[in-house]
Amino acid sequence: MSEKDLPIVQVSALRKSFGDVAVLKGVGFEMEQGDLVSIIGPSGCGKSTLLRCLNALEVMDSGSIRMAGVTLERSEGETRLDPRFHDLAHELRQRVGMVFQQFNLFPNKTILENVTLAPLVVNKEPREVAEENALRQLEKVGLGGFAKRYPAQLSGGQQQRAAIARSLAMNPQVMLYDEPTSALDPMLVDEVLSVMKALDAEGMTQIVVTHEIRFARDASDYIIYMEQGEIVELSDQDEIFTNPKDERTRRFLHRFA
Amino acid sequence: MKLRSLATLLVTLFGFSQAFCATKSSEKTDNKGAASELRWAAAVDSNAPFAFYDKNNRLTGFEFEIIEGISRRMGREPKFIQNSWDGLIPGLGRGLYDCVICGIEITAEKGQEVLFSNPYYITFEQLVVAKGTPPVTSLAELSGRKVGTLEQTAALKMLQDTPNVVVKSYAEEMNAYHDVANGRIYGALLDFPIAKYYAGPDAALEFTGPPFGKITYGIAVSRSRPELIQQINAALGEMVLSGELRDILSRWGLWTPTMAKALNQPDEPSLPDTEFKAFAAQFNEAGGIVAKLQRYFVYWPVILDGCILTLEISILSMAIAIALGFLLALMRVYGPFPLKLISILYIEIVRGTPLLVQLLILFYGLPYIGIKLEPFIAGMLGLGMNYAAYEAENYRAGLLAIPKGQMEAARALGMTHRQGLRCVVVPQAFRLVLPPVTNDFISLLKDSSLVSAVTLIDLTGAYTRIATQTFDYFGTGLLIAAIYLLIGLPFVRLAGWLEKRLSSDHRTPKQKPSFWIGLGA
Repeated sequence: MSEKDLPIVQVSALRKSFGDVAVLKGVGFEMEQGDLVSIIGPSGCGKSTLLRCLNALEVMDSGSIRMAGVTLERSEGETRLDPRFHDLAHELRQRVGMVFQQFNLFPNKTILENVTLAPLVVNKEPREVAEENALRQLEKVGLGGFAKRYPAQLSGGQQQRAAIARSLAMNPQVMLYDEPTSALDPMLVDEVLSVMKALDAEGMTQIVVTHEIRFARDASDYIIYMEQGEIVELSDQDEIFTNPKDERTRRFLHRFA
Repeated sequence: MKLRSLATLLVTLFGFSQAFCATKSSEKTDNKGAASELRWAAAVDSNAPFAFYDKNNRLTGFEFEIIEGISRRMGREPKFIQNSWDGLIPGLGRGLYDCVICGIEITAEKGQEVLFSNPYYITFEQLVVAKGTPPVTSLAELSGRKVGTLEQTAALKMLQDTPNVVVKSYAEEMNAYHDVANGRIYGALLDFPIAKYYAGPDAALEFTGPPFGKITYGIAVSRSRPELIQQINAALGEMVLSGELRDILSRWGLWTPTMAKALNQPDEPSLPDTEFKAFAAQFNEAGGIVAKLQRYFVYWPVILDGCILTLEISILSMAIAIALGFLLALMRVYGPFPLKLISILYIEIVRGTPLLVQLLILFYGLPYIGIKLEPFIAGMLGLGMNYAAYEAENYRAGLLAIPKGQMEAARALGMTHRQGLRCVVVPQAFRLVLPPVTNDFISLLKDSSLVSAVTLIDLTGAYTRIATQTFDYFGTGLLIAAIYLLIGLPFVRLAGWLEKRLSSDHRTPKQKPSFWIGLGA
């Protein structure tokens, strides 16, 4: 099978514990190029940890992650981390963008500097190229006029859109979102979600950990429902709402029906 | 004296290697132009009539003239080297100079540390009391009284051996005599030359009692150089025979019957005591504001040199402290265990021991293991390495204060840990620690006065020199304090400006910050 035919995201038997607490108990799923997958579930179900394991901000205990052509693997019982793991993780992060709940913009830099930093430092792009590209990304998220502002001068929604532009500037093949709208005023949620919908329309592969059930329902190709470190249900967005297979999913979703 | 005992402790600590190293270092100094120079050391502040700076800021004094005479007879060029009183003997072991002539009393105890020449002056302890005090004829009569003297002197020992005397030891004779005049202490027992020069001209004080004890002053050289002692003794002998020594002592008003008897020469002085008269006249000079200001003006080169040295050493030390402290902080926060341990040990040890001891070890201790540092280098390294420990903790606090999300965002963007530190975390931490770092710089600026322990004359050294030459401690003190304040201010302003410039998390549109921010508005 050639590289092209493989799913762009392939996760299997992913396990992660913090001390004695097993947070992920063997999680696996696949995604095709251009899919938007929402991960939902009650607090503490392991969805954020799953996302952070995907780009190795948390190091998994065992399992395999294959994403954007990079494979991270750890076999069960492996105590010492293979030194190559960090190199591969670094490689993977260059191809996968991530957006955080708290935006994590660099407060001492302007929006333009935020967006150009990684292209300049990591890709060694010439400044003009990086800035031109950055302005294009800012335009795309609707922040064309805000390049010279500092993060603290922007609203939460604008900051989160700037953070998305910052990730896009590295031309990622996959975007990860860790509760991207949880820290926002309800008024500002939609401006962020509509950016993600626009990216979906362009064919970006996206994984979104979210509490926005309505967004999940409207925009996702698949919805993953997690509880207690396991994927309870993975299905088509209509089906999971109209005809959930699992009793636990039903209980979680009936409030939104 | 604290300093002195520290230095002595160091000498003892390194003593085992002294026998080997001292010989080597003296050979080195012999080769290095010492054939043409005789390098002599003294603590010249508040040191009349021994060797001191006169009101024209020229070195003078009877010991100065004696060592000049000796050098001339040895065919060598005399070269004066300033040191603190406490550093004089340790400096010999370090090979900083060839000999010390500074009213050092010949005792068996000191004979263990250094070689002494034949005595060049024999004198006694003089009791000084406030005018109108009933006569005192023996030390025993001082029972129950408070009596002052200088630290590390024969007089101190004599007083301590007298029952029921409350001994107050001073660092400077002027302070002791002031306290006698003010009634804080009953009397002061000090070497006769000191009493003659510092108490004699003062109308509020008078001499009382017989000469107490017998004190002999000798020139000290390193134990490893017996040949030098022989040369000095030969030259001194010639000066006695030719009458030059009697001439010098006569002009300084120090030719006493004791000396006459010891040298077997006539009792009466050979020359009038012109030098003493000049000093006494200056001592009683009127001290109006204008006169004082005029006097300070004479000293402006001393003040300027002090300022420059203080600034140079502070800035360079701070540069070392910042660079080394930053490295230590990175090691402690992000390093693997061994580096972390090294950093913690360094910080705890350096922060937990006195800066003065560190300076003394660097300067007087290291030569015993073969590392000789120039005074400036030793002072700069000592201050820099000490402050590095404090800076490291500042930076550590700064690094830890940056939210974890910042590094995560950097890594999620494909940066390595190192790139994340360099481009994201450190710049933010830098801005955060500016206020405490500025604080430390101001503190360092003042701590730099400790470099006088390694023979450097900084602004505080200038204070001591001027105050002890003008007898004006109050005015000089205010002047020097004002100068410290003035040279510190630009750095405070600079830091404030930088802070304002680097702060970007404010919502108002960015203005170009003025250098003078914080002064007015």
